[in-house]
Formats: sequence, structure tokens, C-alpha cells
Amino acid sequence: MERNKTKEQTSKEKATPKKQESQTGQRQAEAPMEHTAQSMEVNGLNAYYGGFKAITDIGMKIAPNKVTALIGPSGCGKSTFIRTLNRMHEVARGGRVEGEVLLDGEDIYGKNVDPVQVRRKIGMVFQKPNPFPTMTIYDNVVAGLKLQKRHKKGELDDIVEGSLRQSALWDEVKNKLNDSGMSLSGGQQQRLCIARTLAVEPEVILLDEPASALDPMSTMKIEDAMLELKKRYTIVIVTHNMQQASRASDYTGFFFIEDMGEPGQLWEFAETEKIFTRPERKETEDYVTGRFG
Amino acid sequence: MLSALASRLNLLKQLRQGNFGDAVFKILAYFFGLFLLFITLFIMYQLLFQGVPAIREFGIGFLWSTEFDPVQQQFGALQFIQGTLVTAFISMLLAAPIGIGIAAFLVEIAPERVNRIVGFLVEMLAAIPSVVYGLWGIFVLAPFLRTYVEPWLIPVVGWIPGFEGPFRGYSVFTASLVLTIMILPTVAAISRNVLQAVPRDQREAMLALGSTRWEMFSKAVMPYAKGGVIGALALALGRAAGETMAVTIIIGNARRVFTSVFDQGATIASVIAGNFTDASGGVYISSLFLLGFVLFILTLSINVVARLLIRATSTGPTNPTGGF
Ligand SMILES: Nc1ncnc2c1ncn2[C@@H]1O[C@H](COP(=O)(O)OP(=O)(O)OP(=O)(O)O)[C@@H](O)[C@H]1O
Ligand SMILES: [Mg+2]
Repeated sequence: MERNKTKEQTSKEKATPKKQESQTGQRQAEAPMEHTAQSMEVNGLNAYYGGFKAITDIGMKIAPNKVTALIGPSGCGKSTFIRTLNRMHEVARGGRVEGEVLLDGEDIYGKNVDPVQVRRKIGMVFQKPNPFPTMTIYDNVVAGLKLQKRHKKGELDDIVEGSLRQSALWDEVKNKLNDSGMSLSGGQQQRLCIARTLAVEPEVILLDEPASALDPMSTMKIEDAMLELKKRYTIVIVTHNMQQASRASDYTGFFFIEDMGEPGQLWEFAETEKIFTRPERKETEDYVTGRFG
Repeated sequence: MLSALASRLNLLKQLRQGNFGDAVFKILAYFFGLFLLFITLFIMYQLLFQGVPAIREFGIGFLWSTEFDPVQQQFGALQFIQGTLVTAFISMLLAAPIGIGIAAFLVEIAPERVNRIVGFLVEMLAAIPSVVYGLWGIFVLAPFLRTYVEPWLIPVVGWIPGFEGPFRGYSVFTASLVLTIMILPTVAAISRNVLQAVPRDQREAMLALGSTRWEMFSKAVMPYAKGGVIGALALALGRAAGETMAVTIIIGNARRVFTSVFDQGATIASVIAGNFTDASGGVYISSLFLLGFVLFILTLSINVVARLLIRATSTGPTNPTGGF
């Protein structure tokens, strides 16, 4: 009940036009939040750390404007996998990838593809909130935008407000945008990191256990935000929280590792409802019902 | 007094609660903290106290007098303040960008092995005694400058005020270069440690927003490391301003104001080192102490200014490295 009410309120606020001074900047606040985002497809993907093969032969279709959840026991390669989706894996020492990852049909590992451009289209939120400590809340949100072309101040203001609203943080920080990002609680910091990712308007958002360090209320807020966000973005989320996966996602991939030292595999991938009610494989069922993991 | 202090520190309460370890730790921490403060103040007091006869004789005019005449018992500080400031300034101007650049290269670009090995070498360089640098300055650097650098440097910069006149091997310029090389390892080694301590997640956060590696470095790594890097620079500056042996060997020890860096000069530290054996008579020795006091105040104020500078320029209210 409570949650529905607050949601109604925020959507009403969104509908009422706010500032009048700038024309261009209205897009975030007024333009429809809906947008057909890009899809992804992974084929025959292996990822290595030096000589160690962490995941093997992953194939997956990531549907646009859906939430795809990745679950599985610790160490089975979920983080490794999600980091291959925006070429962050190669930042790790010895990080190396084989196979293809398509964004709207184009291989992001293609010869002439610049990883910088890939990451602009495929944003990422990390497990531990990592706002930039020397920046204000405002500057944190626009950090990514400032890497790109110059924006007018009014335009930036609108993007900041829009992004913070989408990440359900606006009401809590609107009066202290010039405070340090570190002055926020852990949950707020994580939503700030989400806002920072949204501000550059990527196509896909990757979240690696974004709520693992947060309290249930903050987790809830992030989930709510996700339901809104998928109207505009394609979302992939790693989670250890079964309820979160079943509640918030449309598709679920279960990662599993057969034996110690073996690479992780995508054991089963289907609609979330199917994974949680009629999984095909025994290990999946054991995991989602909490018999091990 | 003591009991008031004890209650301020909650000592009695902690002892009553049986929190013995905490109480002891607190006492020790305060003791060593105060001890350090005490030593600093004691040195200041000593310098000033020993300088009193010179202050009586010359007053505040000591600071801007350029007189240095043991026979007439006339002493002043201006030319030495000039020498100290100019050599420290030139060496910082060169060592700061190069040292930070080396650190950035090692941490951000070089392969891990190169980083480790070169990092170790740089730390070794920082430990070489300064007299060795001075000797090297005389026998290697000065002749090298005279034969290879002067012929093309003078036509290029010779017309700029401060760079005019004949080029001497033993000069303010050569001393500044030796200082640069001396403090370079300090800047590079500490900056390297500071840059290395920037958490991985800060780098990844910026990269994931679609930054190039350079943008990652300049917008995420450097701001985070700024306090520590400025700390490194402050330490290097202290070393440059206070360096005695190498400078005394190479600067020429001319006790006059110089108008060109290619001329000879002297710094506060070098004039003290060059004169303490001859110093006889109250005012002479006292003047050297007073010079020491001036040097102390000089480095102190440079440090304070540097500190205020970071506070004024840091964007966020927090400084992750806590300044220095
Ligand atoms: N930087 C790295 N260097 C070497 N090996 C790594 C690195 N990161 C992860 N690994 C290894 O790769 C395998 C997969 O790790 P990964 O972090 O992807 O697991 P995960 O599914 O995300 O686990 P968790 O649920 O605990 O986060 C593990 O065996 C891990 O030890
Ligand atoms: Mg993980």
C-alpha cells in the first residue's frame, strides 16, 4: 500500500511540468520515459583471467526493455560474465575474452570497436557503491556527461533532476545537491551511482549485485526504480536475492560450476517464472528453492 | 591541571570501566603527539633564542639587508632567502611534473613488473646521500652543461631577464638541476604509492561511464590522490629548501644577490654550512642561527600556503587522503 502511494505521487510529480526556463532540457522530465532500447546477444563466450578460464561457452539473448537476472552460487562467474558485456572484463589483470557479444547485432568485440564507445552505450553499476568522493552529488551525476560534449548549465540541471528522479533519489537530495556524494547513506550512494549511469543515457544498464550491501528499504527502492527503468533501458542484474530475481526480473539465467576449478557455465536460461516454478535441471531447482548455494 | 586533562580525555571513566588498554593507548598517543609538537617548538625556540643578539643588532632589517661581512660584523639575509626560494622554485617546477609523470606512467601504463622494479629503483634513488649528488653535480653535470647545454641554451633564453649573462658551471642553475634530480625520486616514489592506493572501484567507475584512460586518470584518479600528491610535493619542497651539502658544493657560494640564474649564489642552508666553522664572535654565530630560524619559517609558511591551496581548490568537502 505505502509503496504504491509513493509511486503514484512521484509519477504525478513527473507529469507536472516543472521548470520553464530551458526548452531543450525538458526532455528528461517531460518526454515520454519510454524508448525501445537495444538488445544484446552472446554467443560462445569464454572469459579468462590469465590462464584461468572463468566462464565457458555462454550463449544468451538479452531482450530489450526487459530485466534479465543472473543468479548462481558464489564464484561461478556471474560478475565475470556481466563485465564481459561492456568490455570491463579486459580492465582486470589478464582479462581476455573469446566469442562474440552483439549489441543490436554488432559485435562489441569487433576489430574497429572502441571500448570507450561501448561503455557509453552499456552502463554499469557496481556491487559496492563507488561515488566520486571529491565531487558533489551534482557533479557525480554529471561526471559521465562531462566526458562528452559540452552541455549548457540549464540542460545539465534538468538531466541531474531527471536522473535522480529515475533512480528514486531526487526527493532525498534535492536540497543538498552541492554536498559531497560521500555524505549520503550507502543505499543513497548506490542510487546516486545509478543516477550517474542513467545520466549518460545508455541503452543497456548492467548491475552487479547493486543491493547486496543495502538494507531492505533501499533494496526495495532500487527494485522499484528498475521496474520504471525498463521502460527505457535494457537491464541485466546479478543478484543473490531470490525474491528480488523472481519479483523484478523477466528472464533469469542460472550460472553453475560443476566442479571446483572448472569454468562457470550458463546452466539454465528461461523466463523468470519458468526458472522459479518449473526449472528443467535439478541444480537449478535446488538453488532457487534454497537447498544449496 | 592534570586531573582536568584526565577528565577531558575520559581517562578515569575508561579506567573505571576496566578499559585499561584504551586508556593506555590514549595516553601514549597524546604523549607522542605532544612530544612531536614539543620538539618542533623547542627547535624554534632555540633558533630564535640563539638569534637574539643578531635581532638586537639588526632588527627586522636583517631580512632585507644584503650585507654579509664578517669583518665589519654586518649580516643580512636577503640574498640567501633569494637563493633558497629560487633554487627551490626551479627544482619544484621541474621535479613536480616529471615526478608525477613518472608515477603516473608506472601505475597507469607500465606493465606490473616494470612498475615494481622501477618503483623499487626510484625508492633506492631517494636514499642516496646528498653529498653524492653534489659530487656528481661538480664532476659530471657542470661540465656537461658547459659543453653541451650552454651553446644552444644561451641563445634561446639568454635575453630573458634572470637568464642573462655568462653561463657558469657552478651556478644557481646547476644547483637547481642537482636539486631537481635529488627530489625527483621523492616526488615520484610517494606519488606512485599514493596513485597506487586509489581504489580500483574509482577507476572502474569512471571507465564504465565511457571515459578514456586519460580521462579516468585526470578526473577520477588524480582528484582522489590530490591530497597525497601535494603531500609528496610539500615533502620534496622541504627537502629542496633545506638541502645543504649538494647545494653548498655546487652553487658557488657568492654572498650577493644574483640577477641571473647562471650566476653564482648561496642559499640559507649553504651559507650556514659554509660559515659555521669560521663563525666567531656573538653576532656572527647568532646571525647564522637567525638565518636558520628564517629558513624554518620559510618552509613552514610554504607548507601552510600549500595546505590552504588544496583546501581552496578541492571540489568536495571531503579529502579522502586527509591532506597531509
Ligand atoms: N581479477 C581476477 N583475477 C583472477 N581470477 C578472478 C578474478 N576475478 C574473479 N576471478 C575468479 O573467477 C571466478 C569467477 O568469479 P566471479 O567474480 O565472476 O564470480 P561470481 O559469480 O560473481 O561470485 P560472487 O557471487 O561471489 O560475486 C572465480 O573462481 C574467481 O576466483
Ligand atoms: Mg560477483
